[in-house]
Amino acid sequence: MMPFHFSDFQFFLPEIWVAGAVCVILLVECFDFKEKHKWIYGLTQATLLGALLLTLPLWWMEKRVVLNGMFAADKLATVAKGIIYLVTAMALVYAREYVHVRNFEKSEYYVLTLTAVLGMMVIVSGAHLLSLYLGIELLSLSLYALIAMRRDSSLALEAALKFFVIGALGSGLLLYGISMIYGVSAHLDIRSVAEFAAETSESRLMLMLGVVFIISGLAFKLGSVPFHMWVPDVYQGSPTSVTAFISSAPKVAAFGLVARFLMEAFPVLHGEWQQFLLILAISSMALGNIIAIAQTNIKRMLAYSAITHMGFFLLGVLVGTGQGNAAALFYIMAYVLMSLGAFGMVIFMSRAGVEAEKIDDFKGLNAVHPWYAFIMMVLMFSLAGVPPTVGFYAKLSVLKSIIDVDMVWLAVVAVIFALMGAYYYLRVVKTVYFDAPGKNLERFVLPPRDLRVVLSLNGLAIIGLGLFPYGLMLLCQQVFA
Amino acid sequence: MEINIEKILFYGFSTILLGSATAVIFSRNSVRAVLFLVLAFFACAGLWLLQQAEFLAITLVLVYVGAVMVLFLFVIMMLDINVATKEARLVRYFPLGILIAALIVSQIIWILWKGGSWVGIQGDMNPGESNVSAIGKLLYTDYIYPFELAGIILLVAIVAAISLAFRGRRRGTRGQKIKEQIAVRSQDRVTLVSLKPTIRKDL
Repeated sequence: MMPFHFSDFQFFLPEIWVAGAVCVILLVECFDFKEKHKWIYGLTQATLLGALLLTLPLWWMEKRVVLNGMFAADKLATVAKGIIYLVTAMALVYAREYVHVRNFEKSEYYVLTLTAVLGMMVIVSGAHLLSLYLGIELLSLSLYALIAMRRDSSLALEAALKFFVIGALGSGLLLYGISMIYGVSAHLDIRSVAEFAAETSESRLMLMLGVVFIISGLAFKLGSVPFHMWVPDVYQGSPTSVTAFISSAPKVAAFGLVARFLMEAFPVLHGEWQQFLLILAISSMALGNIIAIAQTNIKRMLAYSAITHMGFFLLGVLVGTGQGNAAALFYIMAYVLMSLGAFGMVIFMSRAGVEAEKIDDFKGLNAVHPWYAFIMMVLMFSLAGVPPTVGFYAKLSVLKSIIDVDMVWLAVVAVIFALMGAYYYLRVVKTVYFDAPGKNLERFVLPPRDLRVVLSLNGLAIIGLGLFPYGLMLLCQQVFA
Repeated sequence: MEINIEKILFYGFSTILLGSATAVIFSRNSVRAVLFLVLAFFACAGLWLLQQAEFLAITLVLVYVGAVMVLFLFVIMMLDINVATKEARLVRYFPLGILIAALIVSQIIWILWKGGSWVGIQGDMNPGESNVSAIGKLLYTDYIYPFELAGIILLVAIVAAISLAFRGRRRGTRGQKIKEQIAVRSQDRVTLVSLKPTIRKDL
C-alpha cells in the first residue's frame, strides 16, 4: 500500500469536480422552474470550463502516479483531457437547438454527456488495467443511453442495441486479455506489467495471447476493420447531435486507451503488435474508402470515413517511435475537429422535422449561404487531406514518421488509399458548389447564432492549424518527449 | 498427481460450471436456459468457496441467484419468445462458428502448452481475519478509486434507466401529484358549514 498525501488531491481534482457537478445538476433537475433546460445547459458548459481550469496547471507538473498506482497525471492525460473538454463543449453547442426542436431535450442528455466525459477522463489517466476498464464501461454506458434517448426513432433504438451488444463483446474480449496478462504476471498496474514483460522470456507467448485479445477489444472500440460492422449503423441511426459527440471526443479517449495498453504496457512486444496493427490499418483504409464511395447518406459516408481515418491513425501508432506517437496524437486531434465540424454541418442543414441526411440535401448550398458552403468545403478538403488544411499536415506527419523507419511501401499504400478517398469528399464539394439548390434549401431556417459562430470557428481552426501547425505539433511532441 | 478431496471438488464444480454454461447457450427453452445459468452460478460459488472466499460465494448466490435471475425469469416468462426462428439461424451459421471456435481453442491450447506458467495466488489469507473485513479494508484503501468509479457507473445506470423508461405522466393515469399535495390549504379540504338545528316532528 502506498502512502496517501493530501497534496495528491490536486491531481484528480478535475475528476472530483466533474463527478460533483453531475450530482449537483441532478439535484437542480429535481426543481421546477422557468427555462430549466437552458440553466442546465449553462451549468454543463460551466462544469467543462471549470474542469479545464483545474486541469491546466497539471501541464507544468512532473508525471505522478497516485491512488495506489491507479491514476496517472502526466502530459498525455492533461492534453487529452483539454481536448475532450473543448470538443464536448462544441458538441453541446451543436446539440442544444437540435435536441430542443426534436423534443428530446432532457436534463439527462447533459448529465449523461458529463458522465461520458468523466469516463473518458478516467481512461486517459488510467495507470491500471482495472481503472482503464472501468473508464471504458462508464463511457460506453453513458453513450448507449444517449443514443437511445430519442425513443420515437426506431433507427436510434436499433443503433443503441447494436452499440450495446458490440460494446459488450469488445469489453469481453478486452477483459479476457486482461485476465490472461494477470494470470501470467500477477500484476494489473501498467508499470509492473511493463517491467514483467521486459524481464520474462518464457512467458512471452502467453503475454502475446493476452495482447491479441486486448488489440481485438481495442479494435472494436476504435471501429477498425474487421471489427467495424457497427460503425455505419450507429453513426446513421443515432440522433445527429449524439453522432457528432461519439465521433469526436471518444476518439481521443481511444487514443488514450491505445497509448496506455500498447505504448506504455507492452513497448517490449512492439515487434509483435506492430504486425496486428498493420493488418488492421491497411484493411481499414482499403475497405472504408471503397465502401464510402457508394454511400448516398452523408452520415453513413462519414462513418466509413471514420473507419479509414482510424486506419490512418493506427499507422502512426504502429511506427513505435516518439515521433510516430506524436504524429498519431496530432492526427487524432485534427480528425476530431474535422469530424465534429462535418456533423455540425449536418446539424446546420437540418431543422425541425427535417433531417438533412442525404448528400443531395446539400445541393447548391453555395447559392444560398456561401460562407457555410465555404466551411463545408474546408471540412471536406481537410478530411481528404488537401493543403492548406490541418488534415493535410496530419497525414503528412504520419507519413513522415513511417518513412523515417524505412517502411516506404506502407507510405505508398497509404497515399494511394488517401487519393481514393478524395473522390467522395470532393463529390460533396461538387454538390455544394455546382448543383442547383435543392428542395431542402427552399424553406431553410438558419440555426441559432451560437451554433453558427462555433461552426465558423471550427472551420477557421482547420485552416489556421493547417497554416500554423507547429504549436500543436510541439505540444504533441512534448507529450512523448 | 495426488488425489485429494479438494481436487475432486474443484474438478466436480468446474465440470458442472462448464456443462451448465454450455447448456445455457444450447437449450431451446429460454426458461430452461435461465435455470441452467442459476446452476452455473451455484457451481461458481462452490469454486469460490474452495478459494476461501466465502463472503463472495454467498453474495453471488444471494444477489445473482436470489435477485437478478428471478427478475430475469419474470421477464422471460412475460416476453413469450418464439423459439423456432432463433434456431433456424443458429443451424445456418453453426458449421462456420464451430470451425472458427475450434481454430481459436486449438491455438490457445497450443500456447498454453508451450508458453509458460500461470502464477498462483500469492500470499495466504490471514486465518484469524474474516473474509468480509479483508475485502472491506482493501476496498476502502488500495482500491478506493475503482470502488468510487463503480459507484458512479451505478449512478449512470440509474439515470439512464429512468430517462429511458419514464415517459412522463400521461393524461388519464392516476398518481400522486406532489405539488398539489404540498400546496393544499385546510380550506380546500374541509368546508365548515353552519347548519340550523332542526327538530324532527315525527319523533
